[in-house]
Amino acid sequence: MNNAFIIGQYIPGESIIHRLDPRTKITIIFFFVIIVFFANSIASYGLLTVFSIGSALATRIKLSYIIKGLTPVWFLIIFTFILHLVVTREGDVLFELLSFPVYSGAVAQGSAISLRFFLLILVTSLLTLTTSPIEITDAIESLLHPLKRIKFPVHELALMMSISLRFIPTLMQETEKISKAQASRGVDFKTGPIKERLQAIVPLLVPLFVSAFKRAEELAMAMEARGYQGGEGRTKLRELKIKPIDIVTFGIFCLIIIGLYLTRT
Amino acid sequence: MDISFENVAYTYQPKTPFEHRAIHDLSFQVSSGTFVAIVGHTGSGKSTLIQHLNGLLRPTQGQVTIGDYQLSSDKKLKEMKELRRRVGVVFQYPEHQLFEETVAKDIAFGPANFGVDQAEIKKRTYEVIQAVQIPEDLLERSPFDLSGGQMRRVAIAGVLAMEPEVLVLDEPTAGLDPRGQKDIMDMFYRLHQEKNLTTVLVTHSMEDALHYADHVIILDHGTKYMEGKPAEVFVKKEELNKVQLDLPEVIQFIFKVEEKFGFRLTYRGQELSELAQELKELIRGADNHE
Repeated sequence: MNNAFIIGQYIPGESIIHRLDPRTKITIIFFFVIIVFFANSIASYGLLTVFSIGSALATRIKLSYIIKGLTPVWFLIIFTFILHLVVTREGDVLFELLSFPVYSGAVAQGSAISLRFFLLILVTSLLTLTTSPIEITDAIESLLHPLKRIKFPVHELALMMSISLRFIPTLMQETEKISKAQASRGVDFKTGPIKERLQAIVPLLVPLFVSAFKRAEELAMAMEARGYQGGEGRTKLRELKIKPIDIVTFGIFCLIIIGLYLTRT
Repeated sequence: MDISFENVAYTYQPKTPFEHRAIHDLSFQVSSGTFVAIVGHTGSGKSTLIQHLNGLLRPTQGQVTIGDYQLSSDKKLKEMKELRRRVGVVFQYPEHQLFEETVAKDIAFGPANFGVDQAEIKKRTYEVIQAVQIPEDLLERSPFDLSGGQMRRVAIAGVLAMEPEVLVLDEPTAGLDPRGQKDIMDMFYRLHQEKNLTTVLVTHSMEDALHYADHVIILDHGTKYMEGKPAEVFVKKEELNKVQLDLPEVIQFIFKVEEKFGFRLTYRGQELSELAQELKELIRGADNHE
């Protein structure tokens, strides 16, 4: 993939955010997603923005790269904003835009919703940018561990997740390889009427499915040959450990929550 | 068609943390009708190079000229489809690109995309399956029922059916048994001569490069390291070892002989057995003189 779309991409690094325990990151993001909806004043929005931008800066990944990578999301944010401008009718009429009256309430609500949207996407993409897929699944397995009591197959779920995450890049490479091979045989994926372009997908999808099934079978065989047996008694190469830095981060996040409570109106 | 690279560079994902310069300052010329081998260690930029030959990639710097077509970073080629018809590429493990219900349909896929009519496709299908030695009764079978070697041949037939003027081969024998490897390489060599093709072979096998190519280009870290006639390039032992390439067996034999007996056999494209014969006569000759 040559485009700069960064959601779901992992950029290895050594920053504080990279070194946090993935469970810390996931928990904080979980609560962040909730508290974003409690913000209702300029000060509270400001606080959350400072927190998000601050975390983004702490990853040591160039902010411009992150912002650019969210391009497809920007369209959605701008679209939401414009929709609010046109539809909401509260407060005073500020000015007219192409004979549509724009209300002050609309500007306020539009900006608030767009900002919320932006913060949500930014913070959640920080998780995948700084945490490898393996770490994420380990964290999820560990966080869901209590569910084992009610016979929920936590380990199997985590295994499924890590296998599918592991194969995303492989399948992407495969897709690129096959689409190049077919392009060399005269398939045109990029131009022409929609109908033809849809038909052009068949020579891509069939080989992709064939190889995905083959891979799945080989993987299952390899796992069985090495005596894989999930769950009980299985030790881990990477043990997750809560470090002082995680506790400090949690502390900061609690302060943010308190701050948010105080700045709400 | 003549092929020429002028100071070509290609960078994957420029201006991102994943930026990767695959080839740089690459210049060479291949005249029409040549069989050229491109040799290099893994990651030396071979695969990136061949994707420039039919416009799958456009150089980020410099210019690639294939026949009358020019590829450069600033403008899109209008006749891309024409270029792709005239330059056939057999990728690594080409059997992965099979998808049709029958072998015949898969072979017809390429030519049909380039607007060749049904009657002509039929004629070509029979020609190419003969070239790749696929029996006629397999034509109506599903390509997924065939053995690995047969699938490879069918996939190659699909490229040959486009009747390209330049044939690009990316390790076409990878993963085949020794017998199959020789069969396939001999077939490509025959086609190269019969149809007067320009052939570009990317390979790990020094033997193949020595045996089939008229010209060898050695790549290292994305740029040209050496080029020349195989018999001249492959005797440069120290230079080749520096880029982790081995000598072909025949040449190794000549060096061993020199080490042991103190004289050098001249390489003129002989087989190993012929060299052994020569050596035998030389030694006997030396004995007789005493």
